[in-house]
Formats: sequence, C-alpha cells, structure tokens
Amino acid sequence: MNTVVLLVCTGLGLGALYFLVASGLSLIFGLMDVLNFAHGALLSVGAYAAWWASAEAGAGFWWAVLFGTVTGTAASVLLELAVIRPLYSRPRDQILATVGVGLALPALIMGIWGADARPFQPPAALAGTVSLLGAVVPVNRFVLMGAALVVLVLLRLFLSRTRYGLVVRAGVEDRAMVTALGIDVRRAFTLVFAIGGAAAALGGALAGLYFGSVNPGQGTGLLIFAFVVVVMGGMGSVTGAAVASAAVGLVQQFANYYTAAGLGDLSVVVLLAVLLLVRPRGLTGRLA
Amino acid sequence: MTDDSSLTQDRKAAANGQVPGAAEAPAPLLAVRDLRVVIDGLHILHGVDLDVAPTGVTALLGRNGAGKTTTAKAIMGLVPRTGSLLFGGVELAVLPTHLVVRQGIGYAPEDRGIFAGLTVAENLRLAERDAEPAYDLVHELFPELRKRSRQAAGTLSGGQQQMVAIGRTLLNRNRLIIADEPTKGLAPKIVSEVAEVLARAAERVPILLVEQNLALVRRLAGRCTVLADGRTVHQGDTAELLADEEASRRLLGVGSRRASAAAEQTGADGPARPVESVTEVTST
Repeated sequence: MNTVVLLVCTGLGLGALYFLVASGLSLIFGLMDVLNFAHGALLSVGAYAAWWASAEAGAGFWWAVLFGTVTGTAASVLLELAVIRPLYSRPRDQILATVGVGLALPALIMGIWGADARPFQPPAALAGTVSLLGAVVPVNRFVLMGAALVVLVLLRLFLSRTRYGLVVRAGVEDRAMVTALGIDVRRAFTLVFAIGGAAAALGGALAGLYFGSVNPGQGTGLLIFAFVVVVMGGMGSVTGAAVASAAVGLVQQFANYYTAAGLGDLSVVVLLAVLLLVRPRGLTGRLA
Repeated sequence: MTDDSSLTQDRKAAANGQVPGAAEAPAPLLAVRDLRVVIDGLHILHGVDLDVAPTGVTALLGRNGAGKTTTAKAIMGLVPRTGSLLFGGVELAVLPTHLVVRQGIGYAPEDRGIFAGLTVAENLRLAERDAEPAYDLVHELFPELRKRSRQAAGTLSGGQQQMVAIGRTLLNRNRLIIADEPTKGLAPKIVSEVAEVLARAAERVPILLVEQNLALVRRLAGRCTVLADGRTVHQGDTAELLADEEASRRLLGVGSRRASAAAEQTGADGPARPVESVTEVTST
C-alpha cells in the first residue's frame, strides 16, 4: 500500500510536469499546425533561469520560479515572432527551424554553464516529506500537481471566458474562417505561444525542484513524452492533455517499479499504440 | 463577349428609360479586373472581370468548376491572387483576409464555415466587429437562432447552419455581402426562406450571390456575371440572359434540362418554346 501511494504521487507529479509542457504544445499545434520541437528547450530556459536566479543571484525560491517563467515566456514570444511568423506558409521549414532552435538552445546553455547537472536547492519547506496513508511522499510532488492544476483551471477559464479564448477554440477548428470574420489570427498565435512558453518554463523551474537539479538535456527528454501526451489527449484539447499526462506518468512509474527499470518508457509507447488503435483521434475524439 | 455585354448594358439602360450611350451604369461597388489565381502551379482563374452593382443582388453564375467559388475566395484573400479588386477606391488585392473583411465585406462561404464545436451564440459573437452588433436584426430574421443560442452549431440542420452563416454577415454594418451558394443542399421550403432573407438583406446591403438555383437568381439578381473555365464570358442583365434560351444553354449549360423539363410538363416531344420554358423554371 505504501509503495502504491508513493508510486501514484510520483506518477502524478511527473504527469504534472508532462502536462505543463504538453498543454502549450497541444494548443500551438491545434491552432497553428506548428509542431514546436523547440518547446522542450523553452522548458530548459525556464529551468536554467530559475536556477540562475536562485543559485547565482540569490533570489528566493518563488521569485526564482517567477523569473524562470517570465524568461521562458519572453523566449517563446521571441521564437514565435522571429522564427515561426516568417515561416507561416512553409510547414517543412518551420519544423526544421524549431528543431534547430531545440538543439541550439540547450547547446547554448551547455556552452555557458557546462554539460553537468547543476544542483537546485529547494527551500526548506519544500525539501521535506509528508506522510500520506502510511507512505512518505516528497512535498515537491504536491507542488507540481498543484501548479499543473492551477494552470489547467486558468487555461480552461481563458478558453471558455475570454474573447481570445474563443478565437483560439474557433481557430483550432478552422483558422481560415476565423480570418474571414475579420480577426487577425496572428495575434492569437503569439498569445498561444506566450501561454505555452509560460507553462513550459514554469514546468522547467519546477522540474529543478522535482529532480533536485537542472541539466541542459532535461527539456528535450521531457518533450518526447509531452508529444505522446498531445497525441493521446487529442490535438488542441487541454483537458485531454491533462488526462493523458496523468495516465502516462502513472503507467511509467508503475511499469518501472514492478517490471524492469526502463520498461516504463516502453510501456508508454505501447499505451499510445493501443489508444491510437482503439480511438484514432485521441481521448477527446478531436480531429488532428 | 465584349460586344455582348455592352449590348446588354445598353438594352438594360433602354429598358430603364435611359438613353443608350448616355447609359453609363453607376460606378460599381466592387470592380474586379483580370483576377488570376494559381494554386500549386494549377491555373484556376485566368482573367475574371466582375462588377458588383452598388445596390441589390449581383449574381455570379457558371457551370460547376467554372471558378465561382474560387473567385469569391480570391476576393476574400483566402487564396493567393493577382489582378485588381477595387472596392470603393481601396485595392483589396494587396490586403490579407482579415483586412478585406474590415473594409466592410461579410462572407458566407460555400461550406458555411460554421465552428461545429462552438455554440450558436459563440459563432455569432466571434463575428462581432461593430461596437453595437445588430442582434435585433439577426434575431428578427432568424428567431430560431435565439432559441438555439446555447446549442453546439455542429448539431444544427443544414438550413440552420446557413442561417448562422448569413446571420454573421448581417451582424455588422457591411458594405457588401458575398454569399457562396447559400441554398446548396437545402430542402425547398428552406430555400425559399433563405431567399426571403436574402431579398430583405439586399434592401440594405448589396450582395454578390454565387448560386446554381436559377429561379432564385432570376428573382433576386438584377445583374449577373457568367464564368466559364476561369474566365468571364458574359456580364449583363439577369432577366435578359435567362430569357435567352440559346445564350443560357451556351453559358450555363441549363438549356437542355429546362427544355426536357418543359417537354415533360407539356407532354410534347422536342424543344419547348423558349419563353414558356424559362417561365416554368424561373417563376417562384
């Protein structure tokens, strides 16, 4: 029982991290048909900015998280304006450009701070553990779950209650028709990149907490699972991404523990394949 | 073809009691000149000329594949286009779609362009551009839309979806409405409802109407442009074109069908008398 509780908490914590990356990825693909391979790099930017603020500049933990998130958001907006926007009508070039940025940013980070993992000191309040149903669970799992939940609620409010949210939902269905109603959909593109970048960078800042360290390749490693989550959840569906994130995190943890280490990753791929056979359009049944 | 159109223009002017020659039609609201569209190396339009009259309904006709829908899309900037699209002194050909719309052009596309996952109210709200959108008008014309405002638009019938599409164009004070086959695939009763709405809308805003239903065209459209193979082949008075059996067969490919329909009615073999046969089909 103790083990199961711990595995569930760890799995959901990891799932929360996947969700922070995948929610933006899903919205960006759903609205713009852009596969943003640089999304993992945005997570790394957030992670290193938070680490730098905390370890080098001496900022408190929450200030460091905020700094990481803001830096990642700015990087994401810059990416959209400078790299994606000039390539709107050239999807193949877009993929090459985002793959390029996805490789260059971690390399840049490696060039400045080295390839080795840097320890990330959590504040005392978040370094400890709590006991839950007899299991001893690190607090940081709950921080991640809480952050993912807040992001999920905020995203849903944004999508359902605001004019831009309406534009995004409509744009996911038919982008051309949105422009044919007199709406400059490019603003929504930049906004969605900002939101996606913010969530990923927040994920990066909290990944330092979860793993206890930051390293340049972290984002890219998480990106692969985030893509699995996006496909499983249905492109452009935030709620689908949340459900799929939790499923992937849990399956991964349980498979790693009860079978051989490493089989967790494989079982995620099997899960994806099975889901695509049963529901080719993903959990939410949305069209890609 | 140039002869044709100038001739029909003169005739129309004469019919209106004007002197031919002094019969300059009022300056068109939208003047399309040499509109060309190339998609993936394929020439879809090669030289469309089209004048949209500043009042009433102007019909865009032609057989399937003549380029009517592409012309509508090209005006809206939804496909890459070259040529001139002068709209009240503004060149639309250089503008992206959302700026074309903001010149005051409402567009109801062939596939209706409804957002299936959004509610009826959200579909309409998305189209709001004016500070005070004309919901009174839209709900007066389509009381159904008010009743179904919280229903997902994807679950509406074809006719109801068309109402949403037309409603969106009437929400703002547009200077032109482009309606692409608004009656396509609708039941006859709904077709006459849509026709009624278009007639009322045309009293306040000019309409460019792409339409296959010639009865509807005859009833609504004063002037028409006919396309064939991506080119303009005729511009002139709608009633005159439809009264000319030979010309409408040649330009629209409908003569034979009409003749056989008339033949069925009269029980006679061979081509029916032109004037009668036109009346059969075009009276509503």
